Amino acid sequence: MASVRERCGKALGDFVLDFLKSPVETFQDFLVLSVRAVRNIFRSPHYVDDIFQQMDVIGVGSLPIVMLIGLFSGVVMTMQMARALQQYGAQGQVGQIVSIALVRELGPVLTAVLVAGRNASGIASELGSMKVTEQIDAMRALGTDPIQKLVTPRLIATAFVLPLLTIIADFIGLIGGAVIAYTLLNISLSQYFTSAWMTLQYNDLVQGLLKPFVFAIVIALVGCFYGMRTTGGTQGVGRATTKAVVVSSVWIFFLTSMITRFFLYYA
Amino acid sequence: MPPEPESPRREVVRFEEVSLHFGGTPALDRVSFELRAGETRIVFGAAGSGKTTLLKTALGLIKPDSGRIFLFGAEITDMSEQELFDLRARAGILFQEGALFDSLTIEENVAYPLLNQPALREAAHPNGAGRLAPAQTVNERVRETLHFVELDQTLEKLPSELSGGMRRRVGIARALVTEPALLLYDSPTAGLDPITANTIISLILKERELRNTATILVTHRYLDGHLIANFRYNPSSGALERTSRTAEAASVTTKFFVMKEGQLAFQGSEAELQAASDPYVRKFLRHGSS
Repeated sequence: MASVRERCGKALGDFVLDFLKSPVETFQDFLVLSVRAVRNIFRSPHYVDDIFQQMDVIGVGSLPIVMLIGLFSGVVMTMQMARALQQYGAQGQVGQIVSIALVRELGPVLTAVLVAGRNASGIASELGSMKVTEQIDAMRALGTDPIQKLVTPRLIATAFVLPLLTIIADFIGLIGGAVIAYTLLNISLSQYFTSAWMTLQYNDLVQGLLKPFVFAIVIALVGCFYGMRTTGGTQGVGRATTKAVVVSSVWIFFLTSMITRFFLYYA
Repeated sequence: MPPEPESPRREVVRFEEVSLHFGGTPALDRVSFELRAGETRIVFGAAGSGKTTLLKTALGLIKPDSGRIFLFGAEITDMSEQELFDLRARAGILFQEGALFDSLTIEENVAYPLLNQPALREAAHPNGAGRLAPAQTVNERVRETLHFVELDQTLEKLPSELSGGMRRRVGIARALVTEPALLLYDSPTAGLDPITANTIISLILKERELRNTATILVTHRYLDGHLIANFRYNPSSGALERTSRTAEAASVTTKFFVMKEGQLAFQGSEAELQAASDPYVRKFLRHGSS
């Protein structure tokens, strides 16, 4: 006869295992999809037209909103930092802070969150609709690997355009900051841009480009993953879309803290 | 080049004790049957009884938990997706709602299997795997097939611009365009008015008459099965006419299945179906006669 303590321990163990089973299975499925999507980059056929189409949708389509957010983040950063620096008489150094914050952190994260909201949701809803209307099964029945046709082009396109969008957001943000520095703070443009440029190190630029590349992989794969496993009709598509945005956003913030820590302490 | 037609009576599909569960609920429960070239199986069953799952497992779109499935003589139970593509090139399937690619035109939808089936691409270019079939050949085949389903004027339209019945016919065209040896129809008449439903059944009979394809047809309508078992398409008059075959001959080529909770609750001829005493099986007869 097992003691009460042993039975409670067993029940608790079963509960924990049951609780972990679903997330572990989900993560395992996600890894399988990711490996197949990456492996397909090196396999024929290559759907080049689809890659360019996705670059247009994700890159060109996101450009206006990314530029707008980049501009306002630069403007707001400059105003806030100038006020703080004024207390120490270092208002002239605002360009340094704005450029470091934008290039290292705000540019990559804000751009990625925007693209996650716009494109992870778009990818999940598009693929989810295809799944519930059996178009994905039809694709398989008609000789096409849906991962090769749908996931890999989106992965390549996002990984290519997100770093470019981030560079544009950083640049527009710095210009926004320059406008504020020149018009409201009476800092010359040469002083602003010199301090902004001189403070950036190789490490900052690598960090600023590595982050959007990693975020792009997460956004594309999470969007595709939730789209491809959609069930339950139109309601299911809605759930998949929400999950894709929430999960990719959480991953973006988690990964940015990991990458930042790595660069601060190891690089 | 379309694949060679299957020789008469050659085995096309075989299920051996196939079982599949979704979250503890049986979708297929020890299902066994065989389909040979030129034969037809009509599958009845309530919603959720496993009819669609049966079709999808036959093409390897869903893997069974246990049992063995053979397609064109090859065991596909554990076959990889890449290997399955070659076998699927010899089969056509009409999904329940057509499953047309909504971002492609009708022409592109029907051309899709010709342009994407690896086996067909290699057949078109024996020394150039991965290259597309010649555009002219594809174009001709697409036009011929759309003419077959009487939708010549829809080439440039999108699926959303067509009615439900027309979309179903485009789905049939896409399934037929490779001239497959096996055709699977998943509820081709579901949700359609009687006139359109009869048009769809006429097309299925027309295809069977001209190509003698092995067919599995899932339906809720007894009338569909009755027409397919007892009528033929007359190419000269373009109308359906009652087949002159004897009841025994018809029962050999056309058999009826009734599915219940993943099991084949009934297998037999139309006469045996009509004589069945099982209340569940008889529901499909009453539904058809009501």
